[in-house]
Amino acid sequence: MKDPGTTLVEGALPPSAAGAEQPEPWGKTTVVGTRQPRIDGYDRVSGKAVYPSDVILPDMLFGAILRCPHPHATVKKAVTAKAEAMPGVRAVISGASPAADVDWHYDPKLATKLFDPRCRFEGEAVAAVAAETPQQAWDAARAIEVEYEVLPFVADERRALDPAAPRIHDGGNRFDEPDRYRRGDPDAGFAAADKVVELSFHTAAELHTPMELHGCVARWDGARLTLWESTQGVYPVQQRVAATLDLPLSSVRVIGHYMGGGFGSKLQADKYDIVAAVLAKVTARPVKLFLTREETLLCVGNRPPSTMRVRIGAKKDGTLTAVEFTGLGASGAYPAGGAALLDWLARDLYACPNVRCETTDVAINAGPARPFRAPGHPQGAWALEQAIDALAEALAIDPLELRLKNLTTVSQTRPGAPPFTSTGLRRCLVEGAAAFGWAQARGRARSEGVVRRGVGMAAGMWVAGGGGPPSTVVVKLFADGSANLNMGASDIGTGTRTVMAMVVAEELGTPLDRIQVENADTGTTQYATASGGSKTVPTEAPAVRAAALAVKRQLLAIAGDELKLPPSELRIEGDAVVSVRDPKLKRKIAEMQGFRRRGVLVGVGVRGPNPEGKVVNPFAAQFCEVEVNTRTGEVRVLRFLSANESGRVMNRLTYDSQVIGGVTMGIGLALTEERVLDRQTGKMANRNWHDYKIPTALDVPTEIVSLPIDAPDAEANSAGAKGLGEPVTIPTAAAVANAVHDAVGVRVTESPISPMRLLGLLAERRKRG
Amino acid sequence: MGKDDDDRDPSRGISRRGFITTVGAGAIGAATIGRAVAAPPPEVVAHGEPAPLTLRVNGRAHRVLVEPRWTLLFVLREQLGLTGTKVGCERGECGACTVLIDGQPRYACMTLAVEAKGCEITTVEGLMHGEELGPVQQAFVAEDAFQCGYCTPGQVMAAEGLLRANPAPTPEQIRLGMSGNLCRCGAYDHIVRAVERAAAVRRTGGGR
Repeated sequence: MKDPGTTLVEGALPPSAAGAEQPEPWGKTTVVGTRQPRIDGYDRVSGKAVYPSDVILPDMLFGAILRCPHPHATVKKAVTAKAEAMPGVRAVISGASPAADVDWHYDPKLATKLFDPRCRFEGEAVAAVAAETPQQAWDAARAIEVEYEVLPFVADERRALDPAAPRIHDGGNRFDEPDRYRRGDPDAGFAAADKVVELSFHTAAELHTPMELHGCVARWDGARLTLWESTQGVYPVQQRVAATLDLPLSSVRVIGHYMGGGFGSKLQADKYDIVAAVLAKVTARPVKLFLTREETLLCVGNRPPSTMRVRIGAKKDGTLTAVEFTGLGASGAYPAGGAALLDWLARDLYACPNVRCETTDVAINAGPARPFRAPGHPQGAWALEQAIDALAEALAIDPLELRLKNLTTVSQTRPGAPPFTSTGLRRCLVEGAAAFGWAQARGRARSEGVVRRGVGMAAGMWVAGGGGPPSTVVVKLFADGSANLNMGASDIGTGTRTVMAMVVAEELGTPLDRIQVENADTGTTQYATASGGSKTVPTEAPAVRAAALAVKRQLLAIAGDELKLPPSELRIEGDAVVSVRDPKLKRKIAEMQGFRRRGVLVGVGVRGPNPEGKVVNPFAAQFCEVEVNTRTGEVRVLRFLSANESGRVMNRLTYDSQVIGGVTMGIGLALTEERVLDRQTGKMANRNWHDYKIPTALDVPTEIVSLPIDAPDAEANSAGAKGLGEPVTIPTAAAVANAVHDAVGVRVTESPISPMRLLGLLAERRKRG
Repeated sequence: MGKDDDDRDPSRGISRRGFITTVGAGAIGAATIGRAVAAPPPEVVAHGEPAPLTLRVNGRAHRVLVEPRWTLLFVLREQLGLTGTKVGCERGECGACTVLIDGQPRYACMTLAVEAKGCEITTVEGLMHGEELGPVQQAFVAEDAFQCGYCTPGQVMAAEGLLRANPAPTPEQIRLGMSGNLCRCGAYDHIVRAVERAAAVRRTGGGR
């Protein structure tokens, strides 16, 4: 399996000429690490922030995409004449339109068309319309007469490999050979075990459903295309669109200054970008094309459903002797890493010499998966961390003790078992348990009433989170001491803009309200990879630091000239440069004549390489208390604590927001979220937020505690920070399931823990006695 | 909850939690019919015909030509350019489009523009004092009660409506009052704190 921690960029990266020198790690910081409200908070709460879906251009049309209503079908004919004649309609395109004859690659090996006659999932694009109003566009889309040949489908990944299952691709329903991993001698490990537990698990497909719909506004200026796109990465979208439309990169500008959430579903360009571009081209007018909520539930990604089996053997004292993990995941209609990283925690979280894993990715007739906040990990944690709990019970060891017994400081899976730069899992477990009151809660007398309480915990790590090159950042200092930061990275809601401004403030002393950040625009900002993989802070912060320090060197040189002192004897203090020996010798930045003549000082910073032979991963341990109503099957999470070790805490305020958000999302995975594909029709039965339930303000505990293990990682990068956004949600669902088990003695192995499922299990247990 | 009490007023259509409740609740239907008797007869507009309409938004009268099927959300955003009000689901589930109609939080996606005739509509832009943020907006920034910020204008309007009806809500009342607004980034914990902070500021005269 590919390790995304080291293969975010394929192949070796040539060294960069600019800013190659990387600064020493920070010692004490004065701005970084404090609680800072977001520098763009004003824009977001006032309604002034222009999100891509807010863009209104002169003469703009609205687009709509007609989508296949069947899980598997062939388009025999699409008659557009009636639609074309409708009021306000300016263009109708389908597979028969020369302008829409564009190749689309869901996967490099599988060539399809933008409007491919073979529709392998419900929601595949069939035709599109541009009209004066969105209502007219939808009227016309619905008036397109499509003749489908409906094909048999398979919607359940557990049946995809049945010999009788309909074949979705010519090569069958398995995208590749199973991914196999082995270390040590698992059979000998199990033979040496005093106790072996074996359990099967299933997690339902989870949908990203970010608040801002997926879509874009497309405008052509002659041969140049501009896209305002709700995206996590403007550069990846630019690359994909340019390649698909065979345009020079310089002719595709992608702008995404703000974006309303993505969680991995907005890392890439989508067919809607190409559809919007084609519609804008044929009408010679700008086109706004944002999907409906229903469309986003069908066709812009999901956390794939997974079926898992875990077997763990241990000695009486809790020492693990062998781990075996088998996983089946479903990419959907096209290869999309349906089983990717399912087994990562089984391989790498706990010390174990003997491990065997096998994961298989299959095709089903459903929308292709996309990376979803820590791909594979929450599912893997659901299985592994419940199995560890079951093992603890079998061994009569406290679950916390069992985990502490089996910690490691090396990445056992990677060749040569390289050490982690920092391993905060022990501190997460110990300090988290203390702050939660784990021992007291476990020791409490059990209620035998209708409503029962229980506590649970789970641990996790994230395979990536160290970031890495490439990234280029430009910091510009104006002659009055105010600054501008230019970077390509998107702020997907994690507070990237604010954190990066804090880095500038740390180095240059510039107050935050005098730093302007421009970002996420391929036309005007520097190169960055997409904001995903919990790598934005560890990737961008060192580059921002390097750029700010490049400015600082120039500033001190100018000040040195004017003060007749060597730059090495100068430092920035507030709005002035002062002598380190004699604080009376100083020059205000705004009064430096040399600087005034220069106008601005520009510093370029690039992200340096990661440490060689070491692995940068963040860690987490979570604890929760639940209340289960044994009569209704309802589960309430009463309180939650998340202890995270992600290196240095950059901004405590936005740090806590990410932790709380990840826990909230994990509670959704545990208790309510499930894509339901109807068995009879293969169609999605809950394609809206009424039926697909994400947590509301009433569904989250009144107490969510973020406990940062603030341990700057000097080896990881010059900011000392590791990623946070994904590790925060990895153990959550498993912790809830373990707490439910503690409360009622029933292990819910299939997600979500719905009242119906839980009642069924409770009834089954009563029957068994 | 103040904002839910008026959900069944037939002159304004169905909105927010009231909409969800009516899906399976006959009792509310009966209540609606019962009160409809006293309501003035609605104006009849021909299907598909754009009709002139005056909307009072943030204290200003906007004369617009709207199709009867256009939602208030569509007219606010795409016709008036007031894009602070966001679009999330267009079916009354997420609250991203929450505005105040005569002081009550409403889903603008579930309100036809023609239904808002004669009402005082307040959007997030209307909470500003010139370029200054209102107290609820300030509290959301201070407590970091958002991440991506897309649901935030709707959350702010729901909070504003809640506090106008109930200046001193308990944490439970806040959670209930905010439960018609989804936040996929999961900022609820900070949202509740922000509403508490805003309530305190308003009580000490910091608000309007």
